[in-house]
Amino acid sequence: MGLSKLNGLYREVILDHSSHPHHKHHLSQTTNKITIKNPTCGDVINIEIKLSKTGLIEDIGFTGDGCTISQSSASMMTDAVIGKSQSQALHMAKTFSDMVIGKSHSQTDLDQLQDAAILSSIMSFPARIKCATLAWWALQRVLLGEKNINEKGA
Amino acid sequence: MAEGFNQFRADFPILQQTVNGEPLTYLDNAATAQKPNQVISALTDYYRSDNANVHRGVHTLAERATLKYEAARKKVQTFINADESAEVIFTKGATDGLNLVASTYGEENVHEGDEIVISITEHHSNLIPWQQLALRKKATLKYIGLTPNGEIDLDDAARQITDQTKIVAITHASNVMGTITPLKKIGELAHQHGAILVGDGAQAVPHIKVDVQDLDADFYVFSGHKMMAPTGIGVLYGKRQLLEEMPPYQYGGEMIDFVNLFDSTWTQLPWKFEAGTQNIAGAIGLGIAIDYLNTIGMAQVTVHEQQLVDYVLPKLVAIDGVTVFGPHDPSRHTGVIAFNIQGIHPHDVATAFDMDGVAVRAGHHCAQPLMNTLGQVAMVRASFYLYNTQTDADKLLSAIKDTKEFFNYGAVKA
Repeated sequence: MGLSKLNGLYREVILDHSSHPHHKHHLSQTTNKITIKNPTCGDVINIEIKLSKTGLIEDIGFTGDGCTISQSSASMMTDAVIGKSQSQALHMAKTFSDMVIGKSHSQTDLDQLQDAAILSSIMSFPARIKCATLAWWALQRVLLGEKNINEKGA
Repeated sequence: MAEGFNQFRADFPILQQTVNGEPLTYLDNAATAQKPNQVISALTDYYRSDNANVHRGVHTLAERATLKYEAARKKVQTFINADESAEVIFTKGATDGLNLVASTYGEENVHEGDEIVISITEHHSNLIPWQQLALRKKATLKYIGLTPNGEIDLDDAARQITDQTKIVAITHASNVMGTITPLKKIGELAHQHGAILVGDGAQAVPHIKVDVQDLDADFYVFSGHKMMAPTGIGVLYGKRQLLEEMPPYQYGGEMIDFVNLFDSTWTQLPWKFEAGTQNIAGAIGLGIAIDYLNTIGMAQVTVHEQQLVDYVLPKLVAIDGVTVFGPHDPSRHTGVIAFNIQGIHPHDVATAFDMDGVAVRAGHHCAQPLMNTLGQVAMVRASFYLYNTQTDADKLLSAIKDTKEFFNYGAVKA
C-alpha cells in the first residue's frame, strides 16, 4: 500500500512534535520578533525571541498555523536553539538549510540540531522542503534583524 | 456512464505511468489539463514542417504558418460563438487577457469615484488587476458576496452594481468550489446600469459549452492549457466596438499600420492587440485541442464530469471528518471539489495522496479572500476532466481513507 512510504517522512518524533509542539506560545518579554508567510500555501509563523544582554537566546516561542512538517520543524528548532548564542543559532540554521537539500555536514553540526536532524528525510519529498525550512528561515531573519517578510525560496 | 470515456485515456501518454509505485490518478485538472497525442503531435509537426513567422513572409512556410495560425483563431471563434474572428485575440492566458482589459479599457473608462464590481470567489488573476486599477484611479472596488452554500449571491449582485459601476468582472466557474456563476444574469444587471461585463472563463470553457453572444459578455477570457492546449496560449474575446475604441496594450511589430518618425497608426483587429511574434505553435495546439473537444462534444464532456461528481460528491460528504466546501448538490458543480480532512493539514493530505499516486492541489488556490471568507488557511482540491473515470474517483476515496488511518493511528515507530 502506497502510504507505507510516508513512514519515512512522518516519523513518530515528527508527529509528536506536531501534535504537542514545544514553545508554542507568546513570550512575556520579547526583544526580537518576526512574522513570515509562505505565500505558496498560506502558512504563517510568528517567532518571538528574548535575547540576553550577552546575546544568548534566553527564550523563544512560536505561534501560527501550518502543516505537520512546518509545525514540528518549528518545535524542534526552538528546542535546539534555546540557550545558544546568535552566531551558534545562525550556524545551525545554515546546517539545517544545507541538510534538507542534501549537502553534507559534520556529525557535530548535525548533533547540534538535536531532533531537527531527523528532518533530513524531507529530501525524499522535495515539494515539502519549504515546510521544513520555514521556521529556520524565520529564525535567520529575526536574528539578522529583518521583519515581516514573505519567504520566497527555500 | 463515466467508464465509457476510458477510450480517451489512450490518447494521453502521461496518464500511462506509475507515480510512487502506484498508477497515476491525475485529479489536478483545474490547475492544468493533460495533453492528448493529437495536441503534442500538432506541436512537433508544426516545428518539423511549417515553422515560420506569420503575417510577414511571402515564402511558402510563412504562408503555411499564417494559414494554420489564423485557422486556429477561426476554430476559437466557432467554439465560443463569437460573431467574427476579429473579436478573438490570442493572449498568453486568462491572466494576460484580464490585464489587457484592465490596462486599456479600464485605464480609459474608469475614473475617480467610479466602481468596479467583482466577487469574493475570484481567482487572484481576476482580482488584482482590478484592485490595482481602482487604486490608480481612486475608484471603488466592490465585492459580491456568497450565499450560505457558496454560490454567488444574485441579490447581493443587485445591491453592489449601481449607476456608478463601470466594470463587472466575474468568474464563470469557481476554481475552488466548482460552482457555476449565473453570468448572463449578472451581465443583465451590469448592462442595466451601463457597466460592461468581463467574464473569466478559465474554469468554464474546458468543461461547459460557452456562447459569448448568448452570455452577452463584453469581454471574456480563458486559458488554453486548462483545455489540453499548451501553456502560454489563451484567448481574449471582446465585442468589436469596444476593441476598436481601445488603445493598444503593447506596441511593436505586427500591430502597426503606418509608422512615422513621431507617430504611428495601428493595424486592424485582431492584430492591433498582438504585438510581436506570437505563440504560433501554442495557437495551433489550441485549435487542435478544440478539435478534440468538438469530436467528443462539449455536452458529452459536461455529462461525463457530472456523472463523476454525482458519484463521488455524496460519498465525500458522507465521510466522517471530511468537510466539502461549496454546494453539496452535484448538479451545482463542475468537476472541481474542495474539501478538508479534520485535523490533517491540506499539505500533509496532498503528500499522503501522492504516495497513493493521487495528484491533487493543496493550498489557497490563488483565492485568498475566499479562503478568509470561509475561515480556512488552505484546502485540498480534487478536479476531474474528461479522461478521469470512476476508478479515479474510487482511488480518491480510498486515498482519503488511507490518509485518515495513517495520521490517526498508522504511524510506525521511528
